[in-house]
Amino acid sequence: MSLEGLIKKQEDKQGIQEQLAQVKNMVKTCIQCGTCSASCPNIEFMDITPRKMWRMLLMDRFEELLNSKSFYYCSTCYFCTLRCPRGLELTNAMSALKQIGSRLKLKHFRSSALFYESFMNNVRQYGRVREMEMMTRYLLALKSPGQSLSYAPLGVKLLVKGKIRPELPSMGAGKLAALFDKVLDYESDHESDQVSNQVSEQILVQAQEG
Amino acid sequence: MNYLYYPGCSLGGTAVEYNLSTISLMEKLNAELVEIEDWTCCGATAAQSVNQLLSFVLPARNLALAEKMNQNLDILVPCSACYLNLKKAQVALGSDKKIKAQINDILISEDLSVAGSLNVRHLLDVLSRDVDVTDISAVAGNKMDGLTIAPYYGCQCLRPFAVFDDPESPKSMDPFIRATGAQPLDWDMGGQCCGASNASTKPAVGQALVGRILEAAEGVDAIVTVCPMCQMNLENFQKTRGRNANSSVEIPIFYLPQFLGLAMGISPETLGLGLNLSKNTQLLSMMAI
Repeated sequence: MSLEGLIKKQEDKQGIQEQLAQVKNMVKTCIQCGTCSASCPNIEFMDITPRKMWRMLLMDRFEELLNSKSFYYCSTCYFCTLRCPRGLELTNAMSALKQIGSRLKLKHFRSSALFYESFMNNVRQYGRVREMEMMTRYLLALKSPGQSLSYAPLGVKLLVKGKIRPELPSMGAGKLAALFDKVLDYESDHESDQVSNQVSEQILVQAQEG
Repeated sequence: MNYLYYPGCSLGGTAVEYNLSTISLMEKLNAELVEIEDWTCCGATAAQSVNQLLSFVLPARNLALAEKMNQNLDILVPCSACYLNLKKAQVALGSDKKIKAQINDILISEDLSVAGSLNVRHLLDVLSRDVDVTDISAVAGNKMDGLTIAPYYGCQCLRPFAVFDDPESPKSMDPFIRATGAQPLDWDMGGQCCGASNASTKPAVGQALVGRILEAAEGVDAIVTVCPMCQMNLENFQKTRGRNANSSVEIPIFYLPQFLGLAMGISPETLGLGLNLSKNTQLLSMMAI
């Protein structure tokens, strides 16, 4: 699938290309030593190793990279960042790919994206996370009765211990709504600021060809 | 020895016993904690997976509130994920003028501004560098004599910022475990990952990662942790794992301040020991607590 095919909303195109250019820039001095792959606790679940991911980024193989599930398994343990002999911020690069995955609503990234969305909506509304409402909304959005049921024993235990409690949802404007909106406005105003045009153009050409 | 205190969301919910035990242990050590007024979520790992700027603004809001309290104190954070987010914001504010300006532009919507002048510190950092361990051993006697305890650090209090311990081979809990009369387990899983929020979205991954840790800890009397995520994953997946493996062995898992608090004679109720998901009554009766 081409990058063009992955981008559902045309207005997202420029932003996503810029984000990809930024991640590419983060790994541009990678020497392909593989220390990141050897350090990753989740590598057995990944279809492409972290080392290979960085190479794919540098070779502009974005569609393959975004269609892989690897970045979705990163659990932010920071071993790769700690050990990278080039001092690259590889965990942050993984997070940047997750940001792109969230924005593109990639199918294989769906459960993580829904989890993050439920979490952030909860924070926007209440300022602090209401764990019970957050998980309930996540499981409802997931529409997977099987997976929801698998959380039931834990949920009951936490309820009995009084560690989570049912609370009436509040419908007000949201404790942090102004702050969240300002961040989004700010980004749409400033998005093109920090990107190297050259890399961005390369991606554009590739997307058009793809 | 006073600190501004950022408990974070988990400590008001699923990790309420971490909050209770941190407050009571610090009180026992004559340290006062002043909670940051009107604090909000640090963004956890969710914000940085959705929006880069938001992942700086959310923790920075709390640093701004802390600065507004006009007390020149370090900020103590027990949750490793909150600690890392607040620390990242502190470091960015001190080193990146551009992001500092962006953050402050956005915080205007909250009538706040932030300089990044306060130091963010994990609970384990405060214990290992500000507390004299003999203050604990003097009170504890050898109360936990005969026990072997596995110190489990997890990731984000150690990495990427190596502030108070070796991020590859952490040892900062050892003197505290010894101060109670117990022996720390010498193992190499202390700084390995528990699966973090993968456990919520991809249970099989959590299961595998927690399994490795529990296997390596087999035979110990208890595991101690310093992170709500680690604690939840270890406790919850231990149950599932036990059922699958037909094993009835269950290792009690404590937050470090719960264990130290017990050794120093703080009551199990005050430390919220009934709130842990792993069973600990057998161990407590064995230690005559």
